[in-house]
Amino acid sequence: MPKDSGIGASPKRREDVRFLTGTGNYTDDINLNGQAYVHFLRSDMAHARINSIDTAAASAMPGVVRIFTGADFEGVGGIPCGWQITDKHGEAMQEPAHPVLAQGKARYVGDAIAAVVADTAEQARDAAEAIELDMEELPAVIDMKAAVQEGATKVHDDLTSNLCYDWGFVEENKPAVEEAFANAAHVTTLELVNNRLIANPMEPRVAVGDFNRATGDSTLYTTSQNPHVIRLLMGAFVLGIPEHKLRVIAPDVGGGFGTKIFHYAEEAFCTFAAKALNRAVKWTSSRSEAFISDAHGRDHVSTIQLALDADNNFTALRTDTYANMGAYLSTFAPSVPTWLHGTLMAGNYKTPLIYVNVKAVFTNTVPVDAYRGAGRPEATYQLERVIDKAARELGVDPIALRRQNFITEFPYATPVAVEYDTGDYNATMDKLEEIADFAGFDARRAASEAKGKVRGLGVNCYIEACGIAPSNLVGQLGARAGLYESATVRVNATGGLVVMTGSHSHGQGHETSFPQVIAEMIGIDESMVEIVHGDTANTPMGMGTYGSRSLAVGGSAMVRATEKIITKAKKIAAHILEASDADIELKDGQFSVAGTDKSLAWGDVTLAAYVPHNYPLEDIEPGLEETAFYDPANFTYPSGAYACEVELDPETGKVSIERFAAADDFGNVVNPMIVEGQVHGGIGQGIGQALLEGAVYNEDGQLLSASYMDYAMPRADDLPFYQVDHSCQTPCTHNPLGVKGCGEAGAIGSPPAVVNAVVDALQSMGKDVTHVDMPLSPARVWSAMNE
Amino acid sequence: MTKVSMTVNGKAASGEAEGRTLLSSFLREELGFTGTHVGCDTSQCGACVVHVNGVAVKSCTMLAVEAEGAEVATIEGQAAPDGTLNTIQQAFQDHHGLQCGFCTPGMVMSTAALLKENPKPSEQEIREYLEGNICRCTGYHNIVKAIMAASGQDVSALAAE
Repeated sequence: MPKDSGIGASPKRREDVRFLTGTGNYTDDINLNGQAYVHFLRSDMAHARINSIDTAAASAMPGVVRIFTGADFEGVGGIPCGWQITDKHGEAMQEPAHPVLAQGKARYVGDAIAAVVADTAEQARDAAEAIELDMEELPAVIDMKAAVQEGATKVHDDLTSNLCYDWGFVEENKPAVEEAFANAAHVTTLELVNNRLIANPMEPRVAVGDFNRATGDSTLYTTSQNPHVIRLLMGAFVLGIPEHKLRVIAPDVGGGFGTKIFHYAEEAFCTFAAKALNRAVKWTSSRSEAFISDAHGRDHVSTIQLALDADNNFTALRTDTYANMGAYLSTFAPSVPTWLHGTLMAGNYKTPLIYVNVKAVFTNTVPVDAYRGAGRPEATYQLERVIDKAARELGVDPIALRRQNFITEFPYATPVAVEYDTGDYNATMDKLEEIADFAGFDARRAASEAKGKVRGLGVNCYIEACGIAPSNLVGQLGARAGLYESATVRVNATGGLVVMTGSHSHGQGHETSFPQVIAEMIGIDESMVEIVHGDTANTPMGMGTYGSRSLAVGGSAMVRATEKIITKAKKIAAHILEASDADIELKDGQFSVAGTDKSLAWGDVTLAAYVPHNYPLEDIEPGLEETAFYDPANFTYPSGAYACEVELDPETGKVSIERFAAADDFGNVVNPMIVEGQVHGGIGQGIGQALLEGAVYNEDGQLLSASYMDYAMPRADDLPFYQVDHSCQTPCTHNPLGVKGCGEAGAIGSPPAVVNAVVDALQSMGKDVTHVDMPLSPARVWSAMNE
Repeated sequence: MTKVSMTVNGKAASGEAEGRTLLSSFLREELGFTGTHVGCDTSQCGACVVHVNGVAVKSCTMLAVEAEGAEVATIEGQAAPDGTLNTIQQAFQDHHGLQCGFCTPGMVMSTAALLKENPKPSEQEIREYLEGNICRCTGYHNIVKAIMAASGQDVSALAAE
């Protein structure tokens, strides 16, 4: 029987009621007294020298309060980068200045040149059109490989080239890898593109800056996945505001998918301008603006090679990747193609020797940073595509080839610096074979053929490293932040609890799932627990939500704080019951003395904590409130096996997804309904990447896919129902809940399944096609079919 | 500025609008119905769907002045006065048909219009009808399931296919 409460139950989400009734509180719903509005004038050229900005006419327009340009930010800090990569020669990456408003040059279409603050949003927009810009267009560098050629135009004049870093991992392994390739019985090579994507959370970004002259306090309301990170980066590095004078609030946030992790110039601008003008300043991004100002994702061009011995064992792997950074370094951009990508190249396989090279490149495009999965989808895509190709070249079953090379003993130390604690890759593959009904594929293929269609089946595995991350490890790897999480658990006198967490929910349902954990621990009803998040003023320090870390890291902090609560409550109960602490048991919300019928209800003890008349005041303080910081000992390693069946129309090249199955191992699961929803959403985005989505620049640096008219978002009729299963569970060994995280899995695991399926369909037609780059548009598939 | 008056969720409402003010902005900023969301500027995403005189409309495709005298229904008026969710809202909650909640008002308002014209839509009919409503969180699985459930269809076997 499914449970109806606690860990493993699927209670309805409590946050849904406000979202279903229009009573959510998103950042754009916040309006402050007397607020002004800012409109950013953005460059329409990818690379241009700003000769002059004449704001005289615009300043005289109705309602204009003030027009800011880059000159107003001289002496103000730039937007910082949170991760420093050391290249293969031991040198620090090249790190350009990133001013709040462009200074001297615009470096991508969308780079903000001026900011008009006016009484209304319309007045600000109108006045921006009256600014007279004298811009001298310069040659733009868009293609990554061209950008690193000798003599290429430089995005940043003060850097030596457009190469941010040339990273080798593990550099010492390179000679052994080369030798293994020289001795291989078979080598499979694949060149592929991991297409550039735009995250597109449905809520565009919004920032509202406020300043209180009486107290000197600044407040920023923003659409962020991690308000404390914004407070730290913006306060310490950009505006010089100490944390106790800066409050950052991220209320209801309409999706993030990575692109709302980063600290953006618009946030700093609104906070800065509010103080300068002594007036609240609001910015609401339009969708068109989002396309050219939200950090993009992916955009890797890779060559991967897999070496096998005569028995088809993987003996070595090497990969060379060009990773686009865009024009400036976004907050975590340098870490994505390196530590979030190179460390995953072992995948589910015991390949003993691996070498990863990544060249990160500046181009005149929007900055690129983490998008759902961040580096791990890029690693998985390369690996699972090259394995599929190797199986075809060798004439062996792709699933059997994978199974033969699976890691089967844990813990397993990979040659790329991580240690998997648990997993059972055969179990998820067995489950996949069952739920995807491989046995029925031939019949379905025949049925497709009978109606003139071509059916293909694609399978792949994935592993990810999430529950990000051990601070001491990431510190060695160049992170400029710790990646712990914290929670404060406050028990009220009448027994209810409030959990203040540094995790942030923007669709994940923490307000529902976190109370399930506490309810289980104490044995009380979930309705007695409330979750507070998203406001630096009333939550402890937090690092926020990304990298599938909320439950594994934030939830663990909550567990640790609750354990402290229970320890103290037992002491109180022991005093009242005149027993020893060690004899007190807590079950179903009752404290009892072992072996007796003496007991006290949870509420009696919590009341005693605040009305300490009969209380061990000499030993413990009154009150019941505890904080814990949790720093994980390792990443967590969810894994799984995915299968996609496509039907291809040989007349048009159009691909339709007929079936999609996912067998995941997330360790223990707190709320199966929410976990399945996360997987569904991730698969939707992964299929979007595989079939539909692609950010396209022309050679002048104009973003051609800059609206929903041009950027193909997956719609309901592009996608099927999915078969998902998470019954294979190998619990994480190093966090108290045994959980691994599920937010990114779907987006990591699904693109190779789709492409493998399309290649399978093409092969079944007798076409000698081994690869088609994503997105697999009808035009690309038709061309591949007819080459 | 022009004074614009309309009925919103059964109550008279009026405010000032410029000629260019969209109905979506007017509802949100002038009248305070912030449940109607704006997710794009090309009339693609559907987060702003409301009903005008009983017809589902993307409120970003209509000027506020065009709604003068109209009966407008928004997400805020869908639940019963005591807060009880309507059938569609309840189905979305029961079947986890929303995550971040941003597209949800438009999804609920579009679903109401769909079920009015087609009380028992097939999966394919639902998917085609939702062409104009984009969700980035759910992969649509649970939205389609919720709509089938809201129309009285048995979805208990859905996970099997």
